[in-house]
Amino acid sequence: MNFETTIGLEVHVELKTNSKIYSPSPVNFGAAPNENTNVIDWGYPGVLPSLNKGVVKAGIMAGLALHAEITKQMHFDRKNYFYPDNPKAYQITQSETPIAHDGWVEIEVNGKKKKIGIAEMHIEEDAGKNTHTGQYSYVDLNRQGTPLIEIVSKPDIASPEEAVAYLEALRQRIQFTGISDVKMEEGSMRVDTNISVRPFGSDKFGTKTEMKNINSFNYVRNALEFEEKRHQAVILSGGTIVQETRRYDEATKGTISMRSKEGSDDYRYFPEPDLPPLEVSDEWIDEIRQAMPQMPGERREHYVNDLGLTDYDAMVLTQTKEMADFFEAAVATGADAKRIANYLMNDVNSYLNDEHVDLQDTKLTPDHLAGMVKLIDNGTISSKMAKKVFAGIIDGEEPAAFAKAHGLVQMSDPAELKPIIDGVLDNNEQSIIDFKNGKDRAIGFLVGQIMKQTRGKANPKVVNQILMQALNER
Amino acid sequence: MAFYDTDVTQLHDDLVNKRVSATELTQAAFARIKATDDQVKAFLALNEEAALKQAAALDQAGIAPDQMLAGIPLAVKDNIVTKGLTTTAASKMLADFKPVYDATVVDKLHQAGVINVGKTNLDEFAMGSSTENSAFQTTKNPWDLTRVPGGSSGGSAAAVAAGDVLGAVGTDTGGSIRQPASFTGVVGMKPTYGRVSRWGVIAFGSSFDQVGWLSQSVKDNAYMLEAIAGLDAKDMTSSHLAVPHYAANLAQADVKGLKIAVPKEYLGEGIDEDVKEVIKAALAHYESLGAQIDEVSMPHTKYGIPAYYILASSEASSNLQRFDGIRYGFRAADVKNLEDVYVKTRSEGFGPEVKRRIMLGTFSLSAGSYDAYFAKAAKVRRLIADDFNQVLADHDVIMGPTAVSTAFKVGAEITDPTKMYLNDLLTVSVNMAGLPGMSIPAGFSKANGMPVGLQIIGKAFDEQTVYDAGYVFEQTTDFHKQTPQLGGQN
Repeated sequence: MNFETTIGLEVHVELKTNSKIYSPSPVNFGAAPNENTNVIDWGYPGVLPSLNKGVVKAGIMAGLALHAEITKQMHFDRKNYFYPDNPKAYQITQSETPIAHDGWVEIEVNGKKKKIGIAEMHIEEDAGKNTHTGQYSYVDLNRQGTPLIEIVSKPDIASPEEAVAYLEALRQRIQFTGISDVKMEEGSMRVDTNISVRPFGSDKFGTKTEMKNINSFNYVRNALEFEEKRHQAVILSGGTIVQETRRYDEATKGTISMRSKEGSDDYRYFPEPDLPPLEVSDEWIDEIRQAMPQMPGERREHYVNDLGLTDYDAMVLTQTKEMADFFEAAVATGADAKRIANYLMNDVNSYLNDEHVDLQDTKLTPDHLAGMVKLIDNGTISSKMAKKVFAGIIDGEEPAAFAKAHGLVQMSDPAELKPIIDGVLDNNEQSIIDFKNGKDRAIGFLVGQIMKQTRGKANPKVVNQILMQALNER
Repeated sequence: MAFYDTDVTQLHDDLVNKRVSATELTQAAFARIKATDDQVKAFLALNEEAALKQAAALDQAGIAPDQMLAGIPLAVKDNIVTKGLTTTAASKMLADFKPVYDATVVDKLHQAGVINVGKTNLDEFAMGSSTENSAFQTTKNPWDLTRVPGGSSGGSAAAVAAGDVLGAVGTDTGGSIRQPASFTGVVGMKPTYGRVSRWGVIAFGSSFDQVGWLSQSVKDNAYMLEAIAGLDAKDMTSSHLAVPHYAANLAQADVKGLKIAVPKEYLGEGIDEDVKEVIKAALAHYESLGAQIDEVSMPHTKYGIPAYYILASSEASSNLQRFDGIRYGFRAADVKNLEDVYVKTRSEGFGPEVKRRIMLGTFSLSAGSYDAYFAKAAKVRRLIADDFNQVLADHDVIMGPTAVSTAFKVGAEITDPTKMYLNDLLTVSVNMAGLPGMSIPAGFSKANGMPVGLQIIGKAFDEQTVYDAGYVFEQTTDFHKQTPQLGGQN
């Protein structure tokens, strides 16, 4: 029997705003428990939410980045449920009028391009955190009210590979808007999945199982692959899939049943009376659209068409907004684009991988990298010296000053090099004879001797010129 | 010093010219409260020490001519949070609750130099029409101590009627300022929704709740509203519209040519005859002053009560979920797990009327009943608002009785919720439409001698016309000057 798989993804993206969505409390990490809270976050008697307009703007940016329709007339809704990390016992979210709807992203799997639809996106607040130790439970409301965008896919995803490609495309586009760090490992991107399998050609979807809060793309792939096979096996053996929530277990790379969903939870949604309906004008949307950072696709085109990079280079440089911004800033100083690209893709990327840091965590600046590339191009330093200079600029050193201070400057002055070259020739008669007899290897030997004499500082280009001239004169 | 038979204008003049001090006024207020409140039970908490300290500071600094309310003792309903001063909402749930912040209204009063003498009793979480739903005490009507003062702002109404203070802050979700004003013979204004910030008002029905004043006269009320109204960044439903100088504008008040609509439903079935009689006389009085009276129809009035109780209870069921025993307020003893904390705390902490409305609201919002209840009631709300807009398109105000009856006896209706809910027949619609409505003393029942209130309903944000109409009536009658015969100095 052949099967068709349908996967749905709900992605929560945490926004990088200064303050919370409905309260002026700061949003940052690492604060002491309940330090970033006020009466609104506590759900104190008498408090009212005030909408952070920056969150609406971020929501619109996300909507535009994902080719979605922006909702012009929207309101907020209450989702009611009791839990200690939910102090009002309701979450202010959007149910009837999501901020954006009907978007898409393009993915590529095995060389095939496909559009994955986005049903809707809404803005809402995060909950606090409960922790349990011994006989006590603790509630930390720092995260309570942190703004989130929830992005719900249409049932277009047909395989675990497509699911991961969709998540990567989503992460990249959101990351380029600058509204979120979208880091799975830090919880600023969280993924809930549902999957169903049906015999090929069947007009009815199979029964869904859900998995919540899977925290890496690999786990998403493993979990979905496992579920896909499990569903198929159950159907083949004549069994039925139970609608339930399951948990991915990394140790076994399998999934485990958590609870079956007999009835559905009743959240008693109704319009939030404390926030007036919101009207988004076309002017505002246009203003946001104009100010939006360029998306990776547009940037790749520019790199290939205008800067002469390969498709592969352009793809690597647009993995993150920070890398693309860095590259463009360095090129803007007039440095050679290809050389900048090579440094970023090789030296910089391997440094980042070795040190497990992000580009923005280093002290490297676009000016310094461009400066180093210019020193290479004008012959001040050699590519070999550049390796040492790079170690300096990655720690924030200015390249020219660093090169000078560490004696990393090439000898390019013919007047200085001529006597050294003459001396080497005087001491190596045999090599001159070999050269005259057509043995090109002799050149290599002579250059090596000159480099030895200059302790590697001689500019090879200039050395070659003078050496050839001197040999011809003998 | 019997200041309770004077008014804000007079007291302010006396204070500015140092004929009386804020300290003397404050002492007089507490003396009066002590003489009356054993019988009336209007107050849940007194703020004597802080009030006297504040009065002394004001006396020291002196009161400027533009500080209209500075040094004048007033009271605040106990569902409005006051920093450091116990705020209970008349619920066991918050019996010992000392808030860490002031409501915007309280903050504004403080800035205006008002002396807050204390917190007044109410129906638990403002749910009720008699103040009998208070978890702590039943407030009595100063006109007849065997009768209720109305509710839910019964404590504020009774404190004003008893002469404890010239004014007290109330809240009105479905009539909670106007009905007690009618029952106790005082002025009660519910401003337009959005006129006064709700920040710090313990929410009941968020899309209905509005703060206003109960006072001894229309002009005092106008001064008091001016002090608390206006845009507040902490309440996104508050209006940016400028606040007029209501009291000063009263100098131009006139009802000649005023177009008054009287809905026939407001003088029809379900309204007591003695009430109708007083209201008809009041309308005749307006006519004699040159106003034009038109009978109109508001056909959806009868759907107001069921629609209101569905919508307000739905919002309340959500608003009151935060009282869960986790962070503040009452928590039940002997709890074994989380569900216990919730179930026991809420079962023991809330009174029967609050539970009834939480259940009604929870049911109305449930997946199976949302369309038939909440959504349908929301449609009715729009129809009712349309009724008002139509009538007010060619009338200045709408008039009728505030309440269907005069104050009833303590215990008479508390066991019959449906009957109790019908008390709000003539007031809930005004909250549904978000309009300003005021009750003023219009006379006394021939059947039992109790006060009867005339309700004046205005266009959105046109409190001025409502005040003007009430002020002219007050200036040409003397019902508001009559005071109940209480024990003590009266």
